[in-house]
Amino acid sequence: MKIILKIWRQKNRQDKGEFCDYVLEDVTRDMSFLEMLDMLNNKLVKQGDRAVEFDHDCREGICGQCGVMINGIAHGSLKNTTTCQLHMREFKDGDTIYVEPFKASAFPVVRDLKVDRSSLDHIIVSGGYVSVDTGQAPEANNIPVTYEEAESAFDAAACIGCGACVASCKNSSAALFTGAKITHLARLPQGEKETASRTMAMVDQMEQENFGHCSNTEACQVECPENISVLTIARMNYEYNRAKILFKK
Amino acid sequence: MIWFIKNSVTRKNLMALTGLFLSFFLIVHLAGNLQLLLPEVQAKLQYNAYSQFLGGNPLVILISFVLYACIILHTVDAIYLGIKRKKANGVSCSKDKRGRASTWYSRHMMALGIIVFVFLVIHFKDYWYRYKFGELPLDENGNKDLYTLVIVSFEQLWYVILYVIAIVALGYHLLHGVFSAHRSIGLYHPVYNSIIKVLGIIFALVITIGYIIIPIFIYINHQT
Repeated sequence: MKIILKIWRQKNRQDKGEFCDYVLEDVTRDMSFLEMLDMLNNKLVKQGDRAVEFDHDCREGICGQCGVMINGIAHGSLKNTTTCQLHMREFKDGDTIYVEPFKASAFPVVRDLKVDRSSLDHIIVSGGYVSVDTGQAPEANNIPVTYEEAESAFDAAACIGCGACVASCKNSSAALFTGAKITHLARLPQGEKETASRTMAMVDQMEQENFGHCSNTEACQVECPENISVLTIARMNYEYNRAKILFKK
Repeated sequence: MIWFIKNSVTRKNLMALTGLFLSFFLIVHLAGNLQLLLPEVQAKLQYNAYSQFLGGNPLVILISFVLYACIILHTVDAIYLGIKRKKANGVSCSKDKRGRASTWYSRHMMALGIIVFVFLVIHFKDYWYRYKFGELPLDENGNKDLYTLVIVSFEQLWYVILYVIAIVALGYHLLHGVFSAHRSIGLYHPVYNSIIKVLGIIFALVITIGYIIIPIFIYINHQT
């Protein structure tokens, strides 16, 4: 099928950037979206043009590397999916597709569709871990964790840090990402002990990275590839308030 | 103190708590205003006596100052978060379809809030200011005749339409605001969240219908 692409091209962080039009004639329905971009890049390289740069890694929907705005929606029109799991069967012959990078002040464009998401890494570095050396894997039954707690922690831990929550939020908030990381560790006995200090550090870092506030529109959960619950944001708010009121260093 | 001012979680807490207080006030205010629907003679004396009681009760006066503070803090906080949002968003998408994932009123709380705020200014000027600082005639019991002032204003169609538009905007503001406030202060239990969501919808409906009935009832009743 024939696809008309309007792709955001930007040479570097300082460049203003603009949309460039490309036409692909031999796109098949079974191609993934990224394979379609590969096809475009092959064509561009053969012509001697610069390839369109975009992030990708596993192409199995689990690494969180790929992520672009497709027709104004993070990861495209399929809900709870990564860009790599979006296939061309979702489009019709002759469709025009707008492809843009995730846009937020905290995600500066590096080049074309690639953005710098290290602001999310900074939030993790500020406290998204258990600070004691846990050594080798212990006997599983030594630390009792109920099935419900394990499932709940894993639901939050499923966040792949792709940044779609930020891109989908009208305030460019990273509350879902931060809330998921805080909830994941707060639900488990190994992480629970440091919840107060961790929450304060991660929320403060989120502020420093220039993310916006959460206004509970719930758009982040709808577009999140892992369908992370917005209640993790409420959990973050609860833990933060509790820490500020009760926690003493 | 800087963490309190700069932190968006605490700013949202402030927004939530002031919003919840204002929501609670709406119930009390509606309960008082429903007296306007009583038979005319009874409504006039009862409503004026009620207004006189509110104006002279030290506890009510104290609560009214909390109310003014909540309105100001809620507004200032909204402006602060609006500026923060603009800064965080940077350049927006050329083709923006993000709206499909959320309700329109949850995305436009600021616009709805502005409509409510403009209405509040008019409302304060027309009733609160004139009652507190203006010259109003007295009724048979010697109380200031606020009732007649309200009735005369609601005999004008344009005023009723303005009132209804503002209350519908308030209704949508509450539809998102009430449950959102509970999330902002940290209610994360899924069961309680579902309950609050349903209660929030009922609350928004009751408040909207309750406040809309009053001007329409008065307008229709005074057409003959």
